Amino acid sequence: MNIFRLSLRNMTSRPLSTTLSLVLLTLGVGMIALLLQVSRHIQEQMENNIREIDMVVGAKGSPLQLILSAVYHIDAPTGNISLQEAEQLQKNRLVESGIPLSYGDSYKGYRIVGTNHQYPALYEATVANGRLWQKSFEVAIGATVAKNLSLKIGDTFTGAHGLAEGGETHEDHAYQIVGILGYSNSVLDQLILTATESVWEVHHHEDHEESAHEDHDESAHEDHEESTHEDHEKSAHEDHEESAHGDHEEEMHEAHDESKEITAMLVKFRNPMAMVQLPRLVNENTNMQAAVPAYEISRLFSLMGVGVDTLSTIALVIMAVSGLSVFISLYNALKDRQYEMALMRTYGATRWQLVWLVLQEGLLLTLAGFLLGILFSRLGLWLVSGLMKASYHYEFSGWAWVPEEGWLLAIALAIGLLASLLPAIRVFRINISKTLADA
Amino acid sequence: MFKTQSLFFTYNQQTAFRFPDIELAAGENLLVLGESGIGKTTLLHLMAGLLRPKSGSVELMGTVLHDLSSARLDSFRGKHIGLVFQRPYFVQALSLQENLALVQFLAGKSRDKNRIKEVLNSLGIGHKLQEKPHRLSQGEQQRAAIALAVINSPQLILADEPTSSLDDKNCSKVAILLKEQASATGAQLIIITHDQRLKDQFQNAITL
Repeated sequence: MNIFRLSLRNMTSRPLSTTLSLVLLTLGVGMIALLLQVSRHIQEQMENNIREIDMVVGAKGSPLQLILSAVYHIDAPTGNISLQEAEQLQKNRLVESGIPLSYGDSYKGYRIVGTNHQYPALYEATVANGRLWQKSFEVAIGATVAKNLSLKIGDTFTGAHGLAEGGETHEDHAYQIVGILGYSNSVLDQLILTATESVWEVHHHEDHEESAHEDHDESAHEDHEESTHEDHEKSAHEDHEESAHGDHEEEMHEAHDESKEITAMLVKFRNPMAMVQLPRLVNENTNMQAAVPAYEISRLFSLMGVGVDTLSTIALVIMAVSGLSVFISLYNALKDRQYEMALMRTYGATRWQLVWLVLQEGLLLTLAGFLLGILFSRLGLWLVSGLMKASYHYEFSGWAWVPEEGWLLAIALAIGLLASLLPAIRVFRINISKTLADA
Repeated sequence: MFKTQSLFFTYNQQTAFRFPDIELAAGENLLVLGESGIGKTTLLHLMAGLLRPKSGSVELMGTVLHDLSSARLDSFRGKHIGLVFQRPYFVQALSLQENLALVQFLAGKSRDKNRIKEVLNSLGIGHKLQEKPHRLSQGEQQRAAIALAVINSPQLILADEPTSSLDDKNCSKVAILLKEQASATGAQLIIITHDQRLKDQFQNAITL
């Protein structure tokens, strides 16, 4: 029997108050750690996917939507732009490269993106199996797609119009898998890549029905535009905005052969000067819209930050309450155990041993609460990851320790120390003779 | 060898205590009788080094208690003095065996399970090893308190009203046990009490 074991036994001998303190600590620490982890993962994923994309050019609409759809492939496209116009921009001396993207179809919820080989190169993707596409209707699929749909080289499938599962399928045009990409921990893992021409051919031959277009313009898409684009677009654009999709679909019918279209282009600048000039140039002088991923994403984070801050504050309050609970628990226990303390002193315990006994109880409680909280947060993260995978095909990878969690540990221990300080001082100053005589 | 010399203590100006000198050789017993309020507990606490006298000294085995620093005194008391209180106290969270192991630890001794068993058996509560002390009967609790006092084989056993809450049968049992335990380790035993029933058990008695 030593001081450490005595601390443990004292904790377990009052299970109710110990449990209350632990539950409060677990909640507080768990919530903060979960928030830290989730925002770290989202931020990492988002920043990882921006890579060297300085600017995205697409149809007019919400810039955030353009970024979310073209870079992260989690929102509906804003519409189409003319390939000719995009290529003209590519010739600008400030532009180093531009990668065309054509999307809008999907297979079992995974997006089919028509592009060129520069796109996988952007993410330093490797081909794990087979090769990249060489001609129309050959596809290379992302690692996650291959795994989740159990696809292999040589398999064929037909794409569905729209991005949700169960859209109208393009039965005449079957894609054949010629390659499977290795994991790049980027959006590519979730995509089906093919030649731009494939997408053109599918939609050229398809008889576009009205219902299919409605699928394409999902209602969420419109809400999104109305709520966000005002900040960024001049009101003059609004008319254009509301009719953009209608116009666009008609153009598709009438002018399909004459002018080829793409959905967006990922642009890399030659030098930083371009950041100042090009977005403005595109927005003012063309029918296209330019959006800067870095800017839009930091705006998204600052919007999310309000929620995160609120939750963090609540969690901190819970932690403070847990500190109070630890304090009350120790203080009450001490009142009942005054004689015990005096008794231990008469049997040779020094003041410091008893002070350490009390401090240790507070620290053990908060440490246990911290560990439980971390466990709780990892469990939560695992659940959130599953949810994200189901609805966005996004997965969190890695269970790393974030530096802020070190701070969380320090805060938890500080709370434990603070809560046991007053009881410890009382123990230090205990008058053995008086305590025993008052029995 | 235990010796007190002209012990004097005051809590405030109204209550001052002056105690007669006490001198005991190894293995000797002493009963200190006195009415309530005469300073019995104060004397015991002075002799145990729980209180510092205003003047005078307490000496055990050639060590003057109050010359020691507070921490050294704590450790000296843990090693050489066993205390039995009027009401038995234990560490509530621990079983009887663990209480005894804790007292061994606090005195800086290594854990000795055999000694624990031996002491409990000699007090007739060997079967209560795993029991929580507060679940024992009053007589058993008082015996367990004696076990705490003697577990480290102290040179001096001080008992403060160890029998006042016990019936006649248990009273003489406890007195006999205390004497047995003291003689088993060659300790000096001092019992301070107002309990006249103990008079018959001790030859050596003083009245405050």
